[in-house]
Amino acid sequence: MGVEYIYPEFEVIRNENRCITCRVCERQCANEVHSYSPELGIMLADETKCVDCQRCVSLCPTHALKIAKSPCTYRENTNWQNDTIKEIYKQANSGGVLLSSMGNPKPFPVYWDKILINASQVTNPPIDPLREPMETRVFLGKKPEKIERDKKGNLVCKLPPQIELSMPVMFSAMSYGSISYNAHWSLARAATELGIAYNTGEGGLHEDFYAYGPNTIVQVASGRFGVHEDYLMAGAAIEIKMGQGAKPGIGGHLPGEKIVGDVSRTRMIPEGTDAISPAPHHDIYSIEDLRQLVYSLKEATEYKKPVIVKIAAVHNVALIASGIARSGADIIAIDGFRGGTGAAPTRIRDNVGIPIELALAAVDQRLRDEGIRNNVSIVAGGSIRSATDVIKAIALGADACYIATAALLALGCHLCRTCQSGKCNWGIATQRPDLTKRLNPDIGSARLVNLMTAWQHEIKEIIGGMGINSIEALKGNRLMLRGVGLTEKELEILGISHAGE
Amino acid sequence: MKRVYVNEEWCLACHLCEYNCAFANSGHSDMVLALKGKKLYPRIHVEGDEKISYAVSCRHCLDPLCVKSCIAGALSRKEGIIEVDQNKCVGCLTCVLVCPYGALAPNEDGIMQKCELCLKNSAGEPACVAGCPNKAIVYEEREVI
Repeated sequence: MGVEYIYPEFEVIRNENRCITCRVCERQCANEVHSYSPELGIMLADETKCVDCQRCVSLCPTHALKIAKSPCTYRENTNWQNDTIKEIYKQANSGGVLLSSMGNPKPFPVYWDKILINASQVTNPPIDPLREPMETRVFLGKKPEKIERDKKGNLVCKLPPQIELSMPVMFSAMSYGSISYNAHWSLARAATELGIAYNTGEGGLHEDFYAYGPNTIVQVASGRFGVHEDYLMAGAAIEIKMGQGAKPGIGGHLPGEKIVGDVSRTRMIPEGTDAISPAPHHDIYSIEDLRQLVYSLKEATEYKKPVIVKIAAVHNVALIASGIARSGADIIAIDGFRGGTGAAPTRIRDNVGIPIELALAAVDQRLRDEGIRNNVSIVAGGSIRSATDVIKAIALGADACYIATAALLALGCHLCRTCQSGKCNWGIATQRPDLTKRLNPDIGSARLVNLMTAWQHEIKEIIGGMGINSIEALKGNRLMLRGVGLTEKELEILGISHAGE
Repeated sequence: MKRVYVNEEWCLACHLCEYNCAFANSGHSDMVLALKGKKLYPRIHVEGDEKISYAVSCRHCLDPLCVKSCIAGALSRKEGIIEVDQNKCVGCLTCVLVCPYGALAPNEDGIMQKCELCLKNSAGEPACVAGCPNKAIVYEEREVI
């Protein structure tokens, strides 16, 4: 109270005429906002605890609830905006680093929304995907530089290991621990049904999910949690996580409260200990060191698994990618600064890194210029929101996209951005058994399959409109893109022309 | 025959099934009109604690003890569904005593009412199933032991 008091961010608006005091809101709110007053016979709300996750709104059977942004504001000031002032108050109260979750919400330019897609007219007829076959399948991995023949003149068809995807989208890394067992299970089941891949993140692979191995990418991060021979052999590919778009340059910290039971066992660390992923890999200080880890992992898996190196999009991303493409890695994953996280320091999330669109275009161009583009496939992630974002990413040079926030939204996430509290009312970013059971994987996996199926239809429709019938023909096809409202420099980096040109 | 089954693993004890049940059997077209300010007499009940919970409604037994024990002949089995004839019920509660599932409860007038799978009301199919947010209650064909 007093100087420490911050007025609640949200208001719980209950239509008393509609409320039947069924108390579903109360039972479903892990933040304990709602309560029933027997004296008054009505529901009460403690708005100081509300995070606007919309669980109560979604479950209220009479639609009596809505959550609104509180109109209580400090005096208007363009420089000292309300959120800025509140953050100062919070830090003056606590003395701590501000924490946030999910992706950067600040009004930086979203280049996807300033890029438009081409379509065929007259001279190059569009293709109707309902009548003609369309190929959305892609293969990720090192591609041969030239055609080789044996002494008899037959083609040598031995390719380095590849990941086959039925469409150019994968579920990005989210660790078991940061998200729940049921969330992982949903992702694993959906990836298997769809013929794509999901990524374990750095928390190891729960023993129940080894069955989904052919559609699993196993991650090796700086904490090396849950990494052992069987784990490496279980997946379709191995990903070395060097960085994450939401928090480039820093590690991770999963608090001890979340290291319980199976999470502890899967991560191979004692219950209740904090799972701290260091900022660097302590054995990697150069491209040569990275090469050693790439080949250690290849050696351990008998050269059967492609190795992905995931980096955050930062200023020198093209140069770094060039090094990675020479390190023996098969795939580079680039994570843009709008990518999500289960927890990150707010200042880092909101200020560090660069947009994926620019990073992707720069990396693809650099690798082409150096003649090493075939050494690696490129996967772009960090807030891919729709089928058109996927198409634009592929036309800019990506071989496939990673999605995570979009996948979580399909599972029920309402982007309240308080994953770090561990009280996810949608049963995703929590380990509390009463909350994790709220995500029934039968529903979760079906919704993920729906989302990806919808995107696949849209991708076919849109590339068909361009007169293209396969993802391969779209890849790096920047002529299919035009910019609107972009500067010369932005267009130059994106490698696209302005609309009208 | 399709029956209502409960997967307790996914039951959240939100009690929405009870409200959807009472609404479906209320004869009203609006849940607010049906339930606001009224005591609830649902035909499905959520049992359990914070750790485990499940919704209980009539199992529509093949060999129903309630039908056998009804002194007024109000309970009967028709095409697999156990029905109650409220005009015959005398409110003796013998069925409540014998039901091994605790699935029966009287209405506000002390007359027995029970789950009849919403086949006779406006919902047309079990409202508890349709309204369950986590598919913890399902309406499906299973082999009855």
